[in-house]
Amino acid sequence: MRLKLEARPEPSHAMKYVSPLIAAVLTFVAGFVLFSALGRNPWNAFHAFFVQPVDDLNGVAELLLKASPLVLCAVGLAVGFRASVWNIGAEGQLTAGAIAAGWLALAFPETESVLLLPAMIVAGALGGMAWAAIPAFLRTRFNANEILTSLMLVYVAVLLLSYLVHGPLKDPQGFNFPQSKEFHEAALFPYLIDGTRLNASVFVAAAVVAVGWWFMMRSFGGYTMRVAGLAGSAARYAGFSATRTVWLGMLAGGATAGLAGVGEVAGPIGQLLPSVSPGYGFAAIIVAFVGRLHPGGIVLAGLLMSLLYLGGESAQMTLDLPSAITGLFQGMLLFFLLGADVFINYRVRIVQPMRGATAPAGV
Amino acid sequence: MDYLVSILVATIAAGTPLVFAALGELVTEKSGVLNLGVEGMMLVGAIAAFAATAATGSPWTGVLAGMLAGAATALIFAVLTLTLMANQVAAGLALSLFGVGLSAFVGKSYESVSLDPSAPLTIPILSDIPLLGPVLFSQQPLVYVSWAAFAGIAWFMYRSRPGLVLRAVGEAPKSAHAIGYSVITIRYLATLFGGAMAGIGGAFLSVFYTPLWVENMTAGRGWIALALVVFATWRPARVMIGAYLFGGVTVAQFFAQGEGAAIPSQFLSMLPYLATIVVLVIISRNLNTIRLNAPVSLGKPFHPEVA
Repeated sequence: MRLKLEARPEPSHAMKYVSPLIAAVLTFVAGFVLFSALGRNPWNAFHAFFVQPVDDLNGVAELLLKASPLVLCAVGLAVGFRASVWNIGAEGQLTAGAIAAGWLALAFPETESVLLLPAMIVAGALGGMAWAAIPAFLRTRFNANEILTSLMLVYVAVLLLSYLVHGPLKDPQGFNFPQSKEFHEAALFPYLIDGTRLNASVFVAAAVVAVGWWFMMRSFGGYTMRVAGLAGSAARYAGFSATRTVWLGMLAGGATAGLAGVGEVAGPIGQLLPSVSPGYGFAAIIVAFVGRLHPGGIVLAGLLMSLLYLGGESAQMTLDLPSAITGLFQGMLLFFLLGADVFINYRVRIVQPMRGATAPAGV
Repeated sequence: MDYLVSILVATIAAGTPLVFAALGELVTEKSGVLNLGVEGMMLVGAIAAFAATAATGSPWTGVLAGMLAGAATALIFAVLTLTLMANQVAAGLALSLFGVGLSAFVGKSYESVSLDPSAPLTIPILSDIPLLGPVLFSQQPLVYVSWAAFAGIAWFMYRSRPGLVLRAVGEAPKSAHAIGYSVITIRYLATLFGGAMAGIGGAFLSVFYTPLWVENMTAGRGWIALALVVFATWRPARVMIGAYLFGGVTVAQFFAQGEGAAIPSQFLSMLPYLATIVVLVIISRNLNTIRLNAPVSLGKPFHPEVA
């Protein structure tokens, strides 16, 4: 007796939605095993990692605060991923957005205008788009692989930010630390709940989810992009421009990643630092896939991923485990999802070989 | 003269991790598998090698550990994409993200550990040749291994029967399947080989080159290796040229900083990444260069039942 994968006549619709759940459950199970292997009481560790971070109002606020940049980046990336435009440089576009918005905030240190924050939001989106435009241009004009170029630009953006906070934008009264001045009141998102860090940037994320949903599910532009992703030659035959698809896919990801950058520097960080993101742009790739490239799914996946970040911090404090464990869980989550996805197109058959004869070939 | 020698010696050392990783990825891609997880495999290889060397004191045990760790992570990718038919791009990205996380997690306790630097292996007589001698024949032993790997792969790929089968699997998996070769098995082996080579590349970095463990210490070298394979139009000799060119770019920034160049160090550090973009643009500009050289089935899944 052996197990065999057999192609389904049609992809299973149900499995598309069940498989992220399987992946989440398997990640929890793997966490359980991992904690045991590390010599921790798995129940306590599990509680400390997945429950304790969100058992009070502050915890829930932090969950939303960290979910916002993940959801923002992931919605934009999903627009591209649906069309097989592989922008994996959201981390760099986030950084570029943070630089643009931060530069604006520092350029108007006196103003109390209510227009400063909206201007920063626009600047951040444009900064992210400008950074994403480079791989889009190189792909459409020179056919250069956008996976590699967008990723290389992550390193360039982070080095650029490092240069700025070590040089031109360094706080002269900052005791020579590589950081900018702290932003003033008008350049920060207002807090929503007293005593927590949750701020109005979640509304930006909510608006982007709504727009993303409309674009991907209801607009003609989104439809052409989906066709381009599913069947490139059909899209060409229908006259949908491949160049336009690449540009749209890249710019959408750049814009939302830029917005996420604004949310960080005008939110919990409140200034420019050498690093403005703990890898949200990369984690958002996982969020986009686990969320099935659908805005609703992305919100759920973003919350789960945010919980992994909080769990990592909690593990460091209460379990004496490095917070890098978060990255391990993130990777496992995507592995399990990709593994579980096999059941969308295939099903498992138990094959009983007959004695003395070979098993009949599958029809 | 001494200055030039030291630049060239450093160039070869800086290029060596790329040589290993890119040659490994070349073999993997020639079989039709696109593994974007090189960065992750290098990092896992680097920390495994570092930990094993720290524990045993033997850098060669470390290299072996790095090689096995790289192959083990490649196995995860292979199971996902070859047995479970997952999308290769997504699985490769997952492997890179996983490798970053795993190595950072394991490496936390090694951050303050330092290894004894290994002395280069100077080959008698040959190293007395002016200029070339000290540059080529007074290197870390693993550098000589990388040359042997290059020679072996070039011979295997173009002069041996199994190499021909490997290329056939990458170009025309259905035909290879039809004449009785197991496409999936061959792709498994090629993927594992790529992982092992990436692991050795990582081991070279953490055990011989720095020798330290720093989180994310590969700093994009895995991705640069992927770009190098494209740049080399999937040919081993060009991979070597490309890897040393990039080694040269990396080294140039250190020497420029040492000379007190007026450019901020961050801009110099951007050079390898910008060079990668430039190189990709130059080689991809002509669509035919890629079309004629890329393995035809690169990145496409193969299922023997459906074929």
